[in-house]
Amino acid sequence: MAVTQYFNEMYQGGKVRPPYARLEDWMKAMPAELRTLKQAEAEDLFRRIGITFAVYGEGGDPDRLIPFDMFPRVFTGAEWARLEKGIKQRARALNAFLVDVYQRGEIVRAGRVPSRLVYQNDAYEKAVAGIKPPKGVYSHIVGIDIVRTGPDEFFVLEDNCRTPSGVSYMLENREIMMRMFPDLFRENRIEPVDTYPEILRRTLASVAPEKCNGEPTVVLLTPGHFNSAYYEHSFLADLMGIELVEGQDLFVEGEFVWMRTTEGPKKVDVIYRRIDDAFIDPLCFRPDSMLGVPGLMDVYRSGGVSICSAPGAGVADDKAVYTFVPEMVRFYLGEEPILQNVPTWQCGKTDDLRYVLDNLSELVVKEVHGSGGYGMLVGPKSSKEQVEAFRGKILADPGNYIAQPTLALSTTPTFVAEGVAPRHVDLRPYCLVGERIELVPGGLTRVALTEGSLVVNSSQGGGVKDTWVLAE
Amino acid sequence: MLLSVDHVTRYRYDRPVRAVMQSHRLTPSKFDGQKLRDWTVTVSGGIPGGSFRDGAGDRVQGWMVKGPVTEVEVRVTGTVETLDLAGVLRGHREVVPPEVYLVDTAATRADAAVAELAAQAAGADGPLSMAHRLAELVAEALAYTPGATQSQTTAAEALAQGKGVCQDHAHALIACARKMGLPARYVSGYLFADAEGTPHEAAHAWAEIHVAGLGWVGFDPANRCCPDARYIRLGSGLDAQDAAPIRGIARGVVSESLDVTVAVQSLQQ
Amino acid sequence: MLSRTADNLFWIARYMERAETAARLLEVGSRIALLPSAGGYRNEWDSLLQASGNADAFARKYGDPVQRNIESFLFFDHDNPSSVASCITMARENGRIVRTALTAQVWDALNTAFQELRQLERTPRSELELSRLTEWTMRHAAMVRGAIEATLLRNDGWDFLNLGYHLERADNTARLMDVKYYVLLPKVEFVGSGLDNYQWTTLLRAMSAHRAFHWAYGGEVTAAKIAHFLILNSQCPRALITCVEEISLHLDRLAKAYGSKTEAQARAQDMLAALEATKVEDIFDEGLHEFLSRFIREVAGLGSLVHETYLSGDMR
Repeated sequence: MAVTQYFNEMYQGGKVRPPYARLEDWMKAMPAELRTLKQAEAEDLFRRIGITFAVYGEGGDPDRLIPFDMFPRVFTGAEWARLEKGIKQRARALNAFLVDVYQRGEIVRAGRVPSRLVYQNDAYEKAVAGIKPPKGVYSHIVGIDIVRTGPDEFFVLEDNCRTPSGVSYMLENREIMMRMFPDLFRENRIEPVDTYPEILRRTLASVAPEKCNGEPTVVLLTPGHFNSAYYEHSFLADLMGIELVEGQDLFVEGEFVWMRTTEGPKKVDVIYRRIDDAFIDPLCFRPDSMLGVPGLMDVYRSGGVSICSAPGAGVADDKAVYTFVPEMVRFYLGEEPILQNVPTWQCGKTDDLRYVLDNLSELVVKEVHGSGGYGMLVGPKSSKEQVEAFRGKILADPGNYIAQPTLALSTTPTFVAEGVAPRHVDLRPYCLVGERIELVPGGLTRVALTEGSLVVNSSQGGGVKDTWVLAE
Repeated sequence: MLLSVDHVTRYRYDRPVRAVMQSHRLTPSKFDGQKLRDWTVTVSGGIPGGSFRDGAGDRVQGWMVKGPVTEVEVRVTGTVETLDLAGVLRGHREVVPPEVYLVDTAATRADAAVAELAAQAAGADGPLSMAHRLAELVAEALAYTPGATQSQTTAAEALAQGKGVCQDHAHALIACARKMGLPARYVSGYLFADAEGTPHEAAHAWAEIHVAGLGWVGFDPANRCCPDARYIRLGSGLDAQDAAPIRGIARGVVSESLDVTVAVQSLQQ
Repeated sequence: MLSRTADNLFWIARYMERAETAARLLEVGSRIALLPSAGGYRNEWDSLLQASGNADAFARKYGDPVQRNIESFLFFDHDNPSSVASCITMARENGRIVRTALTAQVWDALNTAFQELRQLERTPRSELELSRLTEWTMRHAAMVRGAIEATLLRNDGWDFLNLGYHLERADNTARLMDVKYYVLLPKVEFVGSGLDNYQWTTLLRAMSAHRAFHWAYGGEVTAAKIAHFLILNSQCPRALITCVEEISLHLDRLAKAYGSKTEAQARAQDMLAALEATKVEDIFDEGLHEFLSRFIREVAGLGSLVHETYLSGDMR
């Protein structure tokens, strides 16, 4: 296996890069005992606050903590400014695409995106064709997964247009770091992220339906307390000062949606839902869904309520559609994409498939509709047997897989048993799209805690870090 | 023709339910072959909800009935002027692109036998004649036999036993057409039973196949014809469930029974 | 407030109170079992199970009512919805659902009880004295109650918690008394005997009330004094009248906050007025068992009204 040079975000050529300058002193001044103590304190704080993470399909302890690494990940103001521009550009293009494919589909007619990828996509919702949601926004929270491979090299790994999770970690990681290391925040000028809930609330309120007079009532719709992200749902609802509702708390009557309160029915104008399309209304989608609200889609489609993200938004974040996002930027915005895609091979295409099968041990292969790091192959990190087993899976259903080169993910210093060591990281910022388009300076940095591992998913042994953007 | 419709659906619950929610597609489609004279849908104790025309061109109307109730009656009455357009859905406005109707559903997924049946139309001269050929093949493969299938029966299951009703004919034709790369969809509506007494149901269903250059064309394999002036078109979908004229759910229901009567008559002009 | 949130708060309280009652039942039982004999060892436990409404479920699963099985059933058994373990688990789960409606202290108290319960469940039974289990339960019940009273905003959520506590407590006190009077003393000649007094005292102990009782009444323990104390004396925190007072108070607060009078409120006021006008002789004239059965039915009816009015979400 070829030795790959990884970009270390703290050390370059034996020198400390400027954004990390003060952190080196901090790190060196911290004796091992103090570190252990602080780590225990952080864990205790997390447990008290209640951040726990249950992994789908793994069973086990639903109250497991996601590992938190105290060593922050740092961006300079200039680095962030460029990322921000690129992220916002991408979020605008994705929403323009969604509005288009549910109206005339100009991008398909122009031959820039294959018709099959859009109209035969499982996430395309025929039920919302022709609907233009308030402010022309389908995806109100766009989570864009970004990896870094060099000083100026950033690549988008995937887009999340439906309900990207994890933002509670961005907020809690910061909160805990500020409590434990107040000095760090005095020494470094770090942009705040705690404005996120307020901006989110404002964004959601800004897309209230036209039929809504006065201050809109916004609610967060959760699948319920058995869901692995329930903590995040209740945390966000609380910070926004909105009700956290389950399907059974809402009902449809007349042209509106209402929630059941101790004082009688109260009209709901905007629903920030954390339930998949298929489950939100048994009268429109899966008839066996117990999580949704019967009749909700009829109210939505007749303009009585807004749903965020809008049903059908998933057609933009498919891993096969992903390939065409730079094309969307050019087509709708007439701009060149600021953030690059990772080169991607579609196993559904004969030539691409041949290349992928010939180079399987060097590629990362993912399921088109998969998420959370499940059902993926990291060629260079897999045994011969694993690679061969995966080859069989691809051959059985090539259209279900895409492949990308194994990226040399950057590393940042991370506390490990032996002290501090470089570990690979990625970044998920959360772009908010409503009347305005906004991005808090920061995001969720996920870190692969196992030495050499490139898989940062929490379900696969990943942890999280606080992410700093330094004020200029 | 001038057709009158009286369609009553009665839901009975063995215990009072807290509420009933419904979503209707019970208004005839707007296209050159149909003109509404008058049309009324009533729901006993019902509060009408949002109403709109969806991307497929169907008029959708939500309803809510407050409980406790043990019975809900949905009554559709009206008269429609119809024209024979030889099955062509001319002048119908819709946003959904035909390619969407290439997607399979559980009810319309083709198995090996379906694929084999469809392949017999392979040599057809162009998509229109292929569509006609597929409709004939399905009509031959499925004997009209009420009671042989249920609402959950798939196209593959119906073809395997060689029997079915209009829903099965439509599903089978859709499965075959999609297998051959032709967009196809399920249509629900009414059919006037003429004096000759051909076998069919007044609450009827058939299929539409998209033919490039011509647009959507209806095929009714159950009656070996294309929809004409005897047909009233209500709405469409990927399969029977997706195109159902009434989708409903009762809150706190234990057991539900259903009673449907449909009368379609031709009026003197 | 969402009706479901109110419902979750209401049930946190009910489950915590119910856990405490299960522990009190265990305590009463173990003390009475120390008696020489009142119709046989077996009878004592059996009657306790009948009081908790669980005799059949117990018999199906365990057969003989020996102490160890009773402990398993009333404390550890998750198949028994009224066991301490079930109640604390359910209280904590209801709390988790409405985390944001609670203060950190209340959540901490609920969560700590739950985490410690899991440790107890892993501890060998030979190391667990019954008294340790009952004291543990009452300590945690008190911690949750204390956190609620000390830290929670006095809004409608607080009212729903209190309604849960007092509806459950009214029912539980009535049932505990009913065990003593109806089931434990099948033979008329025992009434008023020394044995009878011993059992009454045990009942007071189980309600952590025997010292308070002596303080309030002094002299000899009589059935009339105890009935007065546990039913009609509003100084006693577990007395039926105290529970109804609290229920009425919180229903009044809700009606005022929401600006609409309710049938539940009127019903609670009627019950309170009736209790205030009741003398202990009236109770004995009616028959203590008959009185308690009627009271239990009335409390259940009031609970249903509270549910329909505020918790079901169907109110217009």
